[in-house]
Amino acid sequence: MSVTSNATGDVAVNAAVVADRVDKTFATGKAARVDALMDVSLTVRAGEFVSLIGPSGCGKSTLLRIIANLLEPTSGTVSVNGKPAARARLDQDYGMAFQQAGLFDWRTVRKNVELPLELKGWDSARRRARAEEMLALVQLPEFADHHPWQLSGGMQQRIAIARALAAHPRLLLMDEPFGALDEMTREYMQGELLRICAQTGTTVVFVTHSIPEAVYLSQRVVVMSPRPGRITRVVEVPIAGPRSEDTRNSEEFFRSITAVREGLRGHGAAGAGADDR
Amino acid sequence: MMRRALPPLLTGIGFLALWEGAVAGFDLKPYFLAPPSAILSQFTTNFALVRGAATVSGANALVGLVAGTVLGVAMSFVLSRFRFLSQLITPLAIALNAIPIFVLVAVLNNMYSITSEIPRRVMVTLVVYFIVLVNVARGLLQVQPTHLELMRSFAASDVTILRKVRVPNAVPFLVTALKIAAPSAVITAFVSEYFGGSQNGLGSRITSNIANSKNAAAWAYVLAACLLGLLFYAVSIILEGVTRRGGATHERATARGGNT
Repeated sequence: MSVTSNATGDVAVNAAVVADRVDKTFATGKAARVDALMDVSLTVRAGEFVSLIGPSGCGKSTLLRIIANLLEPTSGTVSVNGKPAARARLDQDYGMAFQQAGLFDWRTVRKNVELPLELKGWDSARRRARAEEMLALVQLPEFADHHPWQLSGGMQQRIAIARALAAHPRLLLMDEPFGALDEMTREYMQGELLRICAQTGTTVVFVTHSIPEAVYLSQRVVVMSPRPGRITRVVEVPIAGPRSEDTRNSEEFFRSITAVREGLRGHGAAGAGADDR
Repeated sequence: MMRRALPPLLTGIGFLALWEGAVAGFDLKPYFLAPPSAILSQFTTNFALVRGAATVSGANALVGLVAGTVLGVAMSFVLSRFRFLSQLITPLAIALNAIPIFVLVAVLNNMYSITSEIPRRVMVTLVVYFIVLVNVARGLLQVQPTHLELMRSFAASDVTILRKVRVPNAVPFLVTALKIAAPSAVITAFVSEYFGGSQNGLGSRITSNIANSKNAAAWAYVLAACLLGLLFYAVSIILEGVTRRGGATHERATARGGNT
């Protein structure tokens, strides 16, 4: 229990996300009730990178949407930056990126990045300056006046990240954002994401299907299992310092991958830093 | 541009030549098939009459097109706001599209004075209305789920989502609707004239000339009808070009991208 108790120990001080005994049931028909989530508690510290991993139907995307207040939990509570999730959404306390970049084809790249600022009522000069800053951050400043369909999938996803971070939220929620990209682009994007997060100090909750991706990016990997969706294990990734391409060949990297894999298979606690619950 | 336009142009000229040749070669009687040359001379000598008739039919088509578009767009907003209405109205729209509803003009003629253009305009309006309604409502409703989740994550209200997502999403659907509706408006305006009322439009002139065995004159009005239909279609194509400014940017930008 050491990992979770560590995580909940300093909740009051600086937790980005606290989910407390969250249940979610989808009533889809008369008989069919789906227990998407059962008794899920999770704390994400400010500045932390946490991945949610598990097979389809384990509720990882549902949990992310409950944190984002796009879904209401059936029971339990979620707070973001110390506020109820609904309040945090209205205050635009988080940015979100999805598997589909979800850029608007009728807007230029710049106007796409400006969208959240437009919704906040910023004036155009301020929006423009911030959009420039964000495009520089994702290293695509020369594409400001292009339209999204002129960009590759990886570029579109970088624009989506720039948009999600445009209002400088402290929390970034990502739902398999690199799931539709090829392996090479994917690894490049992982490096880019870590660089952006280090530069901005953003907390990230990241949903993925990929074990290496989860381990490479995260300080903690939350392993979930389906029917009912629940957290089965939290794997702490003991890689100190900033990650690089060399990280992918390190001993700790492989050991953590094994720990996550065993967690997914439902084996007993064996890997480094693994914590069965 | 010239190279693309040339083959169809030559085909058209060849077809007219064949037609002219067939009429002369087989000695076809004028009441059976008029040669293109006779049609053209009828068209030019009666140009004032033809233009007058085209103006009447064209005005009916245009008034109906505009009214039907305005009403269709307005109703599609109502439908997108109250989904249950869409379940009531869409089957009706499909049913009305499946039957030749211009027969309704006979009923409408009964309701208004015999010299009124209103029944024809109402008819065109109805036809255009349903085409626009079905398409624009689809554009307002068929929005990417990711876009909706994204907007909600930015705390956008329903009105903001309508303005920033649904309406821009529906614009190409409206253009498609107009491309279908513009020729339909012209056709409906002609056909409406077959059900009585003033004998002043292209449709009624075609029938009256045929009734008087003035075959070439009837064809001159058919030619005018074709031109009117093409004019309406051309305008809708230009409209499409205007709304696709992004497409133009695309070509410029990719050309630029090729250099870098």
